[in-house]
Amino acid sequence: MSRPAVSIQSVSKRWTPEGRAPVQALKDLSFDVEPGEFIVLLGPSGCGKSTLLYMIAGLEEVSGGTIACDGEPVTEPSAERGLIFQEASLFPWLTIADNVAFGLSVQHVQPVRRREIAIEMLKRVGLGDMLDKKPDELSGGMRQRAACARALAMRPKVLMMDEPFAALDVQTRARMQDFLLQIWRDSGASILLVTHSIDEAISLADRVVVFTARPGQVKTIVPIDLPRPRQSRDPRYHAYRDMFAELLADEVDRAFAEQEAV
Amino acid sequence: MSADAGRPARGGAPLEPPRLSLSPAWRRRLAAIGWGIVSLGLFAGVWEALWFLGMLNPLLLPPPHMFLADIPGTLQFFDRSNRIGSVATGGGVGALLFTMASTTLRVVIGLSLGFSCGVAVGAAIHYVKLLRNLLLPTILMLAPISPVAWLPVAIFVFGIGDVPAIFLVFITVFFAIVLSTGAQIESVPKNYIHVARIMGATQRQTFWKVILPSILPSLFMTLRLNLFAAWMVVLIAETVGVGTGLGQITSMARSTFNAKLVFFTMAIIGLLGFLSDFALRQVQRKMLWWIAPNQGGAR
Repeated sequence: MSRPAVSIQSVSKRWTPEGRAPVQALKDLSFDVEPGEFIVLLGPSGCGKSTLLYMIAGLEEVSGGTIACDGEPVTEPSAERGLIFQEASLFPWLTIADNVAFGLSVQHVQPVRRREIAIEMLKRVGLGDMLDKKPDELSGGMRQRAACARALAMRPKVLMMDEPFAALDVQTRARMQDFLLQIWRDSGASILLVTHSIDEAISLADRVVVFTARPGQVKTIVPIDLPRPRQSRDPRYHAYRDMFAELLADEVDRAFAEQEAV
Repeated sequence: MSADAGRPARGGAPLEPPRLSLSPAWRRRLAAIGWGIVSLGLFAGVWEALWFLGMLNPLLLPPPHMFLADIPGTLQFFDRSNRIGSVATGGGVGALLFTMASTTLRVVIGLSLGFSCGVAVGAAIHYVKLLRNLLLPTILMLAPISPVAWLPVAIFVFGIGDVPAIFLVFITVFFAIVLSTGAQIESVPKNYIHVARIMGATQRQTFWKVILPSILPSLFMTLRLNLFAAWMVVLIAETVGVGTGLGQITSMARSTFNAKLVFFTMAIIGLLGFLSDFALRQVQRKMLWWIAPNQGGAR
């Protein structure tokens, strides 16, 4: 069998804020992501699912356990593991095309080639006519698509997204989800997407990893066994939704109880 | 015919009278100039009226028409060899321009040096912990000292000449830029740095390609805020330690009780200050093209 794209083994993360007791953010987390798999990380806010992404990206260190990508332990950030944030975080001083080509310029790709790749990527995300616009001139959804193009230009094996559509309105969100599935099929990358929206998880994921409240642990992993495109009218969709709602409600209750106890 | 080509034909409608059509941008610019003239006119008008009513002594506060009337006579005093008590040999327009240029040059050189050294030192202090510990306390002590207080030091060290004036302008912006650079680097959005790191940028690339462009707008704002201070300081330096420039002329005019010359020079100084602010705004617009005008230091 092929190696997993990402292998997470008994990973934990403790924060030690200055002058206060250490906080256990993640505890004994283990699961694998297969190559080309779409994984959604679902959990109550503050459960450390974003922290997990930052650790896979190599921006944060693990406190215990190991994370390996393609068999190689993660020690530092790499362009093979793209990360997209809730805000597009495009550089306002670069045009859209230059933003997409930023990673290539850092790696000393020739300007002509850079431009070609940027044009190709922007066409792929449907922004072919926005090349020389400023980031300010784009809508939120467009900016997020440009951020996708910037990550895709590096041909990542794993694409991670930290609540990428949370700042968008509902209509744009639905469109962006279709768009993301398209990108996923074209690029063949594995995707790890963090969300707290149950509908987003059911519409997108191959498997949903449900987190417990802090300290974050894997509560359960649910494969979504529905053909794509997924219809929210499908009774099986409703069954999934009820199940996730119940799983999350437990955790939210627990998180609240804990906060009141403090 | 061709002028009407772009306009949709409206059958039967009476022809509009020919009208001067201006783009909104030009209309706004003209309005700004118009209001500028009105504002200056009002100021001068009040002054003239007070004189006309006999409430102002024209020897002490000569109204604009008096100090602007005898320009050739006033220009005589702009002479390189001009010292208190010497006979005016007739400087003319050339000498006036020379005086203006030497003062302006001191401001420009001082500001450029202060800006670039300030960014360099500010960044060094931010990134190298040893430098921060060694330098920051001293810088915080020196920063609040008025540049004018540095004047004797500048003259002791550099003597009489251009250097003390340039040094004073340098001091005016240097500390402000050093402190602002540190604070701004601190506030660069974390995700910008994350993006650079994920793309494999080295520390050096991250600084030049991400941090510097990200802090430049605010630094430029700091520079602009200190521009007027730089103009004030250069004049003080010139009255004392240089021997040429607009400050020297003002000082000479004060000593010789030449009110007309004082006000003429003040008008020139005001004009230069306004023009340099305008020039800096243009540089800002060209260099920081992604910032909308009036957005200043915002990101």
